[in-house]
Amino acid sequence: MNDEPLWASESFWKKVAIWVTAGSFLILVVLTMDSLSQTSAGGKRVQAYSVINKKIDYQYQEKLHKSIPVIGGDEFLFGQQFSEEEARQLVDLGKKTSQAKNCMNCHTLLGNGAYYAPDLTKAWLDKGWIGTDVREDLMMKFLMDPENNARTYGSNRKMPNLGITEQEAKGLIAFLKWMSSIDTNGFPYNFKTIYAEE
Amino acid sequence: MSAIGLVEKTTAYFKDFKTWVALDSTNLSDGQQLAVKYFTVAVILFVAQILFGLLAATQFIWPGFLFEILDFNVNRMVHINAMIVWMLYGFIGSVYWLLEDESQTEIVGLKLGNIAFWVLTAAVTVVVLVYLLVQIGPGKDSSLWFINEGREYIEAPRWADIGIVVVMLIFFYNVVATFTKGKWSGIAGVLTLDLVALAGLYVAGMFYMTNITHEQYWWWWVIHLWVEATWEVLVGVIMAWSLMKLLGVRRKIVQTWLYIEVALMFGSGILGLGHHYFWIGTPEYWLTIGGFFSALEPIPLVAMVVHAVYDSGSHAFKNGNHPALAWVIAHAFGNFFGAGVWGFMHTLPQINMYTHGTQWSASHGHLAFFGAYATINIAFFYLAIQHWRGGVWMGEGTANAWRWKWAIGLLNVGVLGMTIAMLIAGYEQSFIERAVEGSTWGGYFTAQNHPSFQSAMVWRLLFGVVTAAGLGLLIWDLLTIGKGETRKAKVITQQ
Ligand code: HEM
Ligand code: HEM
Ligand SMILES: [Fe+2]
Repeated sequence: MNDEPLWASESFWKKVAIWVTAGSFLILVVLTMDSLSQTSAGGKRVQAYSVINKKIDYQYQEKLHKSIPVIGGDEFLFGQQFSEEEARQLVDLGKKTSQAKNCMNCHTLLGNGAYYAPDLTKAWLDKGWIGTDVREDLMMKFLMDPENNARTYGSNRKMPNLGITEQEAKGLIAFLKWMSSIDTNGFPYNFKTIYAEE
Repeated sequence: MSAIGLVEKTTAYFKDFKTWVALDSTNLSDGQQLAVKYFTVAVILFVAQILFGLLAATQFIWPGFLFEILDFNVNRMVHINAMIVWMLYGFIGSVYWLLEDESQTEIVGLKLGNIAFWVLTAAVTVVVLVYLLVQIGPGKDSSLWFINEGREYIEAPRWADIGIVVVMLIFFYNVVATFTKGKWSGIAGVLTLDLVALAGLYVAGMFYMTNITHEQYWWWWVIHLWVEATWEVLVGVIMAWSLMKLLGVRRKIVQTWLYIEVALMFGSGILGLGHHYFWIGTPEYWLTIGGFFSALEPIPLVAMVVHAVYDSGSHAFKNGNHPALAWVIAHAFGNFFGAGVWGFMHTLPQINMYTHGTQWSASHGHLAFFGAYATINIAFFYLAIQHWRGGVWMGEGTANAWRWKWAIGLLNVGVLGMTIAMLIAGYEQSFIERAVEGSTWGGYFTAQNHPSFQSAMVWRLLFGVVTAAGLGLLIWDLLTIGKGETRKAKVITQQ
């Protein structure tokens, strides 16, 4: 067996397989620790839950060729200022509701999920809510009774009534507002918020 | 009709069915009998997957269809969750099938394995019934524990997650204990380590988190590191063993190939995970790392095609199970095109910025899951049925061979047709919704209402019906092929 070339040797490839796998996994673990710490709520990329008290907008950066989130002054939700803990609880209720109602099997969140209904990542900032003065009200009505407040844009595709309570609807809106402030590296490209001039 | 009458009638039907299929279980070893139980449930769930896929596809065309009875999210959840579960059943079955042969001894915990099968199957039944009858719950922990977790592909409620982990541990115990009692091999070693990773990864998806960036981070550990790393290697193991059994390829060759595949697959796939971390809030370095490593992922898939095709050619297709071999070849190419080519096309961040979250992803998802994993499972079903019939000849001159040929043709044409339809829809969305309209809700619907999108959805449904017809034929063929065949397949030995 001495004249067997290295590239045909079973034991050589076995060692390569072990080392490559272990090495890749180790790098992944290190990057995971870094990514999780950079994206914990309250950091630069993922805002603290109390961001629901603030105005959230996006600004296009010519140099970077992408939009980045801009956190502005006070813009209370439901006319109320939430403490950090209250905000966390409300967003948590919304997040949990989104899972219990299985939103993700019609919509995408951060672009992941199903493609039957529009993306929810920046739904809070969408021009579809007409103006900032009516937005909260429209969202509440829509979530609690989507059939009679349908927004089908001529598609006939209606959201079903999911039995969302008033408190759950508030939670969902808080969750959507918080999610819209996440720095998604410029995705989706060229998105114009409800604040943008035409 | 009284309840007793109904039971009697069903048992009578069942008896008639058994006489009709005329399968003799004494042809199978104990491990193989356990394996075919898994295969049977896998096929039933495959049927469920296709039925609910058809319902969901119909709703794209007539949104009022079953509205507020079985909504799109329910149908889609059953569609994709049934897929994940039937494929896992198929894999477990395949491993039980090859375990005794590879270890050259009997399965150690056969009884435990059987109990685990029934427990898992009962749990799956309950989970599906709850999906269909309860569907959704209030925004509380209890909904996530008992109804569904609302997370694509791994929707199963928490109680079922825990059950799945327990069953996997039993399965794992059986594999390790049997190899230890019998004998270890290169294939056995890779299989064992891969199963540790596969089961361990599932745990990463079992936690609730408020922070959606963190949640999706771990969710992708399960989904991506399953389909683009551990499942891919598991299939490599199954292929390695099949090529020895179907064609008589030498062990040293398949094992060396297996190690090369593991190195290439894990070397690209583990960090390739980064292609899901472009836009979920995670740091920018993932654009580079994810783009680079995932772009390398097609390389092992090319290697697998070369391996399978070369071995088939060099052994002159001399084999007594033509349908199984045909599905193995379909697997090699399906894996390469569905995962390798379709995956590569949208994996660089510069293009993924526009294709992310469109029908583009669904196009790739269909071709990849079907091409890589449905095919290899079907190949194994044919291998199992051949032995169940007593190792009969299923090569040249098999009776009614048109059935398996038409089944493989219809299934592949059906899925390919759906894939192309969704690709067209995906391109249209990328241009109109993403590039032109900047991904607003208005832009989303402009793209959905576009004539090319609408007609693509019709074509998808039509090709879905073709797929369903192929599946019907496949099942008919599996139940009848080799019936009345008296010629035995030659036992293939290594050359
Ligand atoms: C057999 C192996 C594979 C399977 C079964 C598979 C399956 C899938 C599925 C189902 C999705 C959609 C996930 C969702 O619902 O959001 C997806 C996404 C994706 N896959 Fe694969 N895939 C495989 C291999 C690959 C490979 C080898 C590549 C790259 C070369 C790749 C690149 C991608 C990318 C970039 C996405 C993200 C799509 C988006 O941004 O929406 N995949 N894959
Ligand atoms: C009768 C045949 C089928 C039909 C009509 C069908 C239909 C559908 C529909 C409507 C969706 C939802 C897409 C969306 O959210 O917009 C879907 C998703 C999916 N289906 Fe199928 N399907 C069929 C067969 C299959 C097969 C054979 C496989 C794989 C073996 C498969 C795997 C998937 C996957 C992985 C997804 C999720 C894709 C993603 O999120 O990117 N389907 N299917
Ligand atoms: Fe992936």
